[in-house]
Amino acid sequence: MIEGLIGKKIGMTQSFDAEGNAVPVTVIKAGPCTVVQKKNQEKDGYVALQLGLVEEKSVRKPNKPTTGHFKKTGLAPLRMLKEFRSADQAGIKEGDQVLVDIFQVGEKVHVTGTSKGKGFQGVVKRWGFRGGRASHGSMFHRAPGSIGASSFPSRVTKGKRMGGHMGHARITARNLTVIGLDKENNLLLVKGAVPGPRGSYVLIRKENFGTR
Amino acid sequence: MNLIDLVEQKQQKTDLDPFDVGDTVKVHVIIKEGDKERIQVFKGDVISKRGRGLGASFTVRKVSFGIGVERIFPLHARTIKKIEVVKKGKVRRAKLYYLRGLKGKAAKIKEAK
Repeated sequence: MIEGLIGKKIGMTQSFDAEGNAVPVTVIKAGPCTVVQKKNQEKDGYVALQLGLVEEKSVRKPNKPTTGHFKKTGLAPLRMLKEFRSADQAGIKEGDQVLVDIFQVGEKVHVTGTSKGKGFQGVVKRWGFRGGRASHGSMFHRAPGSIGASSFPSRVTKGKRMGGHMGHARITARNLTVIGLDKENNLLLVKGAVPGPRGSYVLIRKENFGTR
Repeated sequence: MNLIDLVEQKQQKTDLDPFDVGDTVKVHVIIKEGDKERIQVFKGDVISKRGRGLGASFTVRKVSFGIGVERIFPLHARTIKKIEVVKKGKVRRAKLYYLRGLKGKAAKIKEAK
């Protein structure tokens, strides 16, 4: 059974539910994917399916290892490959197509993506510190303040929240409801926001992925 | 074609009567009370229209018992049964927020010929 797909975030819009309320919706171009490789216990040490996202743009100059990898199944080289652990591989062949219809409307899915990079940020934006007052002679605006005691322990505790690089991390938005499907155009509509900028790759997995 | 537009198109109303800012309209709103549905009419002047696609909305203002009442409706909401244009207005602004500060005859919109 295939429990996940690779997709591309298209953008956000809204939709109306049965009661007429406006619902925020993210549109994802999910798939079509092909099964590029079946990994098994004997050879690879774990059981998984390697899926590749079929896109309009092909790989311009596939290198030797890529060419070799795709030669085994006779597929055209794909840019995006991802593995999905899957114990139940019965009835799945290499080269099989996987489409959005593995999901159903009303089902919950997890969507993993790389969040938007924010660069080097201070503690106010990164950790939600309150900062100081802006005016009335205040000389303390967005600084972190004290980061610990003095002679004991003579060091800053590990994990102390400070400024630094923010964003561009792998984030999973869990339990998003599937609002709609469009098999013809390979579109998946989920309720709420999904990590990452428009046009970024996302992984969509079923709710109980990996626990079955 | 833009995929967002493709998704939005499916839910957009195509049978809407065109109306502009300054027009007097009757908005037929479906109101659910328990399991019963009834229709309430909100009549007033359109003082603004904003947005495009499925997220477009418009504001209707009326003066009810001397108190100004404004309602913002999503243009493509299912709760709107019908938008009826009662009168075409002649205005020179896209947003008629200046009406909020006016009363009586001064707050009247000239009818378009």
